[in-house]
Amino acid sequence: MTMIFGIPLQAFLGQLLIGLINGSFYALLSLGLAVIFGLLRVINFAHGAQYMLGAFAAMLMLDYLGINYWFALILGPIVVGLFGAVIERTMLSRLYKLDPLYGLLFTFGLALTIEGTFRYLYGSSGQPYAVPPQLAGGTNLGFMFLPIYRGWVVVVSLIACIGTWLLIEKTKLGSYLRAATENATLVQVFGVNVPLLLTLTYAIGAGLAAFAGVLAAPVYQVSPLMGSNIIIVVFAVVVVGGMGSIMGAIVTGYMLGIAEGLTKVFYPEASSIVIFVIMAIVLLIRPAGLFGRDA
Amino acid sequence: MTHGTSATARTERSASASKTYAAFLIIGLVLLIVAPAFFYPIFIMKLLCFALFACAFNLLLGYTGLLSFGHATFFGGAAYFTAHVVKEWGFSPELGILVGVVGAALLGLVMGYVAIRRQGIYFAMITLALSQMFFFFCLQAKFTHGEDGIQSVPRGHLFGFIDLNSSTNMYYFVLAVFLIGMVIIWRFINSPFGMILKSIRENEQRAISLGYSVARYKLGAFVMSAALAGLAGGTKALVFQFATLTDVAWQMSGEVILMTLLGGIGTLIGPIFGAGLVVTLQNYLATSQFPVTIVTGIVFMVCVLVFRRGLIGEFYASRLGRKLGFEHRR
Repeated sequence: MTMIFGIPLQAFLGQLLIGLINGSFYALLSLGLAVIFGLLRVINFAHGAQYMLGAFAAMLMLDYLGINYWFALILGPIVVGLFGAVIERTMLSRLYKLDPLYGLLFTFGLALTIEGTFRYLYGSSGQPYAVPPQLAGGTNLGFMFLPIYRGWVVVVSLIACIGTWLLIEKTKLGSYLRAATENATLVQVFGVNVPLLLTLTYAIGAGLAAFAGVLAAPVYQVSPLMGSNIIIVVFAVVVVGGMGSIMGAIVTGYMLGIAEGLTKVFYPEASSIVIFVIMAIVLLIRPAGLFGRDA
Repeated sequence: MTHGTSATARTERSASASKTYAAFLIIGLVLLIVAPAFFYPIFIMKLLCFALFACAFNLLLGYTGLLSFGHATFFGGAAYFTAHVVKEWGFSPELGILVGVVGAALLGLVMGYVAIRRQGIYFAMITLALSQMFFFFCLQAKFTHGEDGIQSVPRGHLFGFIDLNSSTNMYYFVLAVFLIGMVIIWRFINSPFGMILKSIRENEQRAISLGYSVARYKLGAFVMSAALAGLAGGTKALVFQFATLTDVAWQMSGEVILMTLLGGIGTLIGPIFGAGLVVTLQNYLATSQFPVTIVTGIVFMVCVLVFRRGLIGEFYASRLGRKLGFEHRR
């Protein structure tokens, strides 16, 4: 058997793949956080809850309406995005004039409420969501066995990340977004409906989280707690990457996911804290974060 | 902030406010002393521990303007330290609590040193991440006994001769700890150090331009707040005779924020009332089927949307409060 650093190659590659998958979710979620923060100056604590809502949406649509995975992948983000738009319009928008900390506290309360409701309705234990038949099974790459669904997750989340980046950097809507980030008042003077833009941004961010949630449903168990478990790690990712750049958020997400996977190979006890350790080290050496422009 | 009020009027006002304060203080003390005759002592002891915890937290949020999302580390960490040295090493209760306080202060020094490198929203996220790291440490470390926690911690004899197994003795001991903690906080925020912290809260750039080493003052406040949170946590471990993962989890950090927000950020006594409300609510809901999390979340949202001054802040700003001579900020 091939060995690498005293570890069987199979195990090494297996953990690397798991790291890559976790990294995909970190990237998708920190990307959404960065998009929302860029324009709204709100740290969306409910991002984890919206991710969980996406997974639940997929599961409930299958159970009650018979809607399959492929439609759920589109409908889930739309439903959660609409929910996000309502929240933004009715409540969150009242907080923009205040200290950004209030936005964090409000979305924290929102996250607790959503999570508590789902725990009340569905219990704390996870429920399985079957891999869609088209993506079931696996393929032997010669050096390792690759479950097809996991490969799909990596590819699709990469496409979603690049798509969002293109949307923001290359389209007209994106240019409005970027302009409003720099100077919202001026953009409004030019006749752009900035409040609508804010609502749209929050909805897109929430939708992205839900998209990650639907993708995650067959990989992890669908559980009310899945959001709060991941959101704190994503915060650490965002601190490392700095929220100044979209690309920074994506790259950092993948990097830290892989770092976590590799730690599982070499020193499993530390795998749950390695991302936080990296965050602390980055802060000590480069307080602004790896890609951050402002401290 | 005090537009229009002449200096004399203000002195008169603050004089009348301090009179009102003194009156409330005496009433409050009397109530606390006779309370065990009317309520379940464990309940009031729990309330006092959380009140002290919230006041310690408010030292940071209310008086320095730093939102820490990781205060469970100091509260729960101290609970573990105290429980461990009292149970395994046979320390006396007062020494055990001291170990908890010192341990919490050291944790605060480390977390603060890393976290003060960033401001505002990032500060909150960093403290949350670091405290999650501490949570995982506690989950895996040997001395915390993982999911079981440290159980049946002996209360022991205070100074060697006061038996804390009697719940009356324990109650007055906790009350004394609480009052000592409150006096420390009161002295701290009215000291020159506290004044500089307030100036940092109001205008950090100006404080820097006046030559204050802002980072050092922030770190000082962070360690102080952590130590006092540790005082509350260590005492709580003796009251309930156990220390578990619940106390170091992020939900606990959220709870203490809620207590402070509900009572009134930046008011000395607000967090006490906030803690009282939250603990009472939890006790009440514990017997029903309805989950506490939903209620906590909704209260959070409502507070942020329409009730940002908190109970005591609203009272100070109300007509009655102003008549009694209080001033409100913001």
